[in-house]
Amino acid sequence: MKTFWYCALTLMLAVYVVLDGFDFGLGIIYRFVARTEADRRAALASIGPVWNGNEVWLIAAGGLLFFAFPKAYAAGFSGFYLALIIVLWLLIVRGLALELRSHLAHVLWRQFWDAAFAGASTLLAIVLGATLGNLILGVPLNQDGYFFMALWADFMMGPDTGILNWFTILMGVTSAAILAFHGANYLAMKTEGQLRGRARDAAWLTGSVAVVLVGLALAAVPFVQPSFRLNYDAHPIGYVFPFIGLTALVAALGLRRREWDAGSFYSTSLMILAILASTAWGSYPNILIATNDPANSLTVTNATAGSYGMQAGLWWFPIGFGLIVAYQVCAHRAFWGKVQL
Amino acid sequence: MPSAMLYDRLQFAFTCTFHYLFPQLTMGLALLLLYLRSRALITGDDHYHQVARFWTKVFALSFAFGVVTGIPLEFQFGTNWAKFSNFAGGVIGHVLAMEGMFAFFLESSFLGILLFGDKRFGQRMQWFAALMLFLGSWLSGYFILATNAWMQHPVAYSVAPDGRLFVDSLSGLLTNPWLLWQYTHNMTAAVVTASFVMAAVGAFYLLSGQHAAHARTFLRTGVVAGAIAAVLMGFPTGHGNARQVFEHQPIKGAAFEGLFKTERGAGLLLIGQPNIETMTIDNPLIVPDALSVVVYDELYAEVKGLDAFPREDWPDNLPLLYYSYHVMVGLGTILVSVMGLASLWLWRGRLFTAQWLLWLLMLSAPFPYIATTAGWMTAEIGRQPWLVYGLLRTADGASPLVHSGNALFTLLGFLGLYLVLGLLFLFLMGETIRHGPSGHSVSPEHA
Ligand code: HDD
Ligand code: HEM
Ligand code: HEM
Repeated sequence: MKTFWYCALTLMLAVYVVLDGFDFGLGIIYRFVARTEADRRAALASIGPVWNGNEVWLIAAGGLLFFAFPKAYAAGFSGFYLALIIVLWLLIVRGLALELRSHLAHVLWRQFWDAAFAGASTLLAIVLGATLGNLILGVPLNQDGYFFMALWADFMMGPDTGILNWFTILMGVTSAAILAFHGANYLAMKTEGQLRGRARDAAWLTGSVAVVLVGLALAAVPFVQPSFRLNYDAHPIGYVFPFIGLTALVAALGLRRREWDAGSFYSTSLMILAILASTAWGSYPNILIATNDPANSLTVTNATAGSYGMQAGLWWFPIGFGLIVAYQVCAHRAFWGKVQL
Repeated sequence: MPSAMLYDRLQFAFTCTFHYLFPQLTMGLALLLLYLRSRALITGDDHYHQVARFWTKVFALSFAFGVVTGIPLEFQFGTNWAKFSNFAGGVIGHVLAMEGMFAFFLESSFLGILLFGDKRFGQRMQWFAALMLFLGSWLSGYFILATNAWMQHPVAYSVAPDGRLFVDSLSGLLTNPWLLWQYTHNMTAAVVTASFVMAAVGAFYLLSGQHAAHARTFLRTGVVAGAIAAVLMGFPTGHGNARQVFEHQPIKGAAFEGLFKTERGAGLLLIGQPNIETMTIDNPLIVPDALSVVVYDELYAEVKGLDAFPREDWPDNLPLLYYSYHVMVGLGTILVSVMGLASLWLWRGRLFTAQWLLWLLMLSAPFPYIATTAGWMTAEIGRQPWLVYGLLRTADGASPLVHSGNALFTLLGFLGLYLVLGLLFLFLMGETIRHGPSGHSVSPEHA
């Protein structure tokens, strides 16, 4: 049952990254590919009706973590205090930019929100990757199950390293490249004409960069977190996840070459799911790995919320999940196809 | 040296209070919009469409601010109140997770349809979306209040060997008796807010001689809904809340009524300034025996004063608690009077020409916001010194390793950011009102 909730949590987070990921990716390339006002409106209209629903996956995933593993929620959120609060500020700015830009026709107003949207999305994409990097590296948990990490120290991987060090930064940049690729695919799929052309170029460029970065990051993981390798070697079946991830990445580029936008977009989506599944597989049963003493790690066993609660969740979670899928399909279907202005 | 906890508290209080300025309008409007959309569907009259569309725009604006300010709250339980999250997460995590799964998705998915679907979908779909939005936002209010009700009055939990709490009955948690009055009172307050805002915009248009036809619909809807809701605020919901506070949290009750000494036939204090040093009230204006009657239905019933309880269990900001409560009840009286007058004039067909009354309605719009904020301050400051009433003290709930420098940094950041947000909201609200209801529909790219 604990494993079920661990999987459910991974799934919710992965869906979040796939969905809000294209919003972030679009933000990264937005100012480069959408040059005219009409382009910008088309680009924003492609995510306008859905971005808020996409973001709710994050809220629901956060709620699920709180519900299933309160101890890990408490430790992780207070430990990454500054980074998280900054993420919250960025999410506020991103949301406002999307909601408020169209309210006023003034050029400066629109330029301001364009810049805010692009900047916040880029930083958020980097932070998502860096967060994943920190989950892989682990944190210095004390015996009570708490830790506190500074934003950065010397950027090296010592015992007192900060949230940002060379590995997490590498992960951050990789994530930005992947999401930019993903977002460019989405934009190409939803638009036409010149804008689509530029989105395709951007996808090709960011996709190529992503391949290189993913290679580097993948090579680094076994060195920075040996326990991952142990986990994979103990259960080699798990290698399917990174394998799927890599295949999907290559496929996405291949389909990009053939200019099949939707195919490439679904491939990048699959890749993102696979990357998160790989991390979850490598980390299991740990939710937060302790770097100082493995006994302090927070696992699916010692961070749980008690069996009645988890059992009770089993009946509402599938219902809720089914409903969500239904609404989300409804909402995405309603705005299916190319953007109409 | 102020401790990190002081900043944690200020930050939560500030961000939460600020957040709630927006949902109270959206939750109330969700109900009024459902009414307007139903009228539009039944009568097929384009007038109701335009009215509904205008208020959908206002709804969307307020909703957007509610969303961006709501997300920080969900995460602050972990960032600033880690020990509380660890202690109580096994219970409240449940309700919060359900809120995300059942309510937020519903709202956000259908708002997209309502906002962007003007051209794509027909009338029925729009009406359905309005219904879903109403369900979503009222459900969202239900879950979040179930969380707060549990902090006020913990039920349905068991204690694990390591001292942490776990839920042991989901239905018990969702039917916490505290919720009955809290939910009805709070949701009615949301309707009050929305009605006052709607009536105020109508009054503004009539007074400035624009959009007269729409303005009359705004006024009619706002005044009728507002009058009903304002009366319900006092009785039965406010009264019910007060009785339940005296039953389960007598210290809070004594503190907000300003009752320092236990009395038989306690009086109801209307005005006066509490003096903590001498434990007396300056300049009191008291209705004799009324408190005993209100709380226990009995002229000479004994009401426990603060002196009946150990000092370390007293809320730590008595004067603010006392004033918050009196501001809420005082404004409650004013709100009932304003809406009472307005509905009388409406009934006699003279509202639309009574300049002074229109001015009064227009200027009253901020009052429900103030009353609601004061009400929440009553509930939350009165909960002190407990974070979970009777189980966990606030001092034991904060994150252990977040030091005051960090907490102050983020508090200042929120203050600055929210100042800008507040100004933006007012500015855009002004723009929307200036644009008026007869304009075109929301542009499809409106995001
Ligand atoms: C329009 C706003 C408004 C108005 C006019 C009133 N209230 Fe209120 N009140 C609220 C808005 C509010 C609120 C913000 O919605 C609260 C905070 C917690 C809650 O559930 O509702 C609240 C809480 C609250 C509490 C505290 C509950 C607790 O501690 O948990 C009491 C005792 C009352 N109310 C009583 C009254 C009475 C006797 C009123 C008589 C006129 C009244 N309220 C008018
Ligand atoms: C919108 C309505 C609300 C407002 C205006 C509000 C206001 C406040 C205020 C003024 C405080 C500070 C109390 C003090 O420092 O003495 C506070 C604290 C707090 N409130 Fe609320 N609150 C609201 C709703 C909620 C809800 C629904 C929850 C739970 C889900 C909640 C949870 C908390 C927590 C965790 C604290 C911090 C701990 C403490 O100081 O007691 N609040 N809130
Ligand atoms: C009386 C207290 C509260 C009520 C009634 C309330 C209600 C609502 C409503 C109706 C919304 C939808 C947006 C809107 O209508 O503006 C919303 C948004 C939100 N609220 Fe609150 N809220 C309260 C306090 C809190 C607290 C304490 C939290 C923290 C757990 C919270 C978390 C959120 C989140 C995360 C969102 C964004 C949801 C989305 O993206 O759709 N709220 N709230």
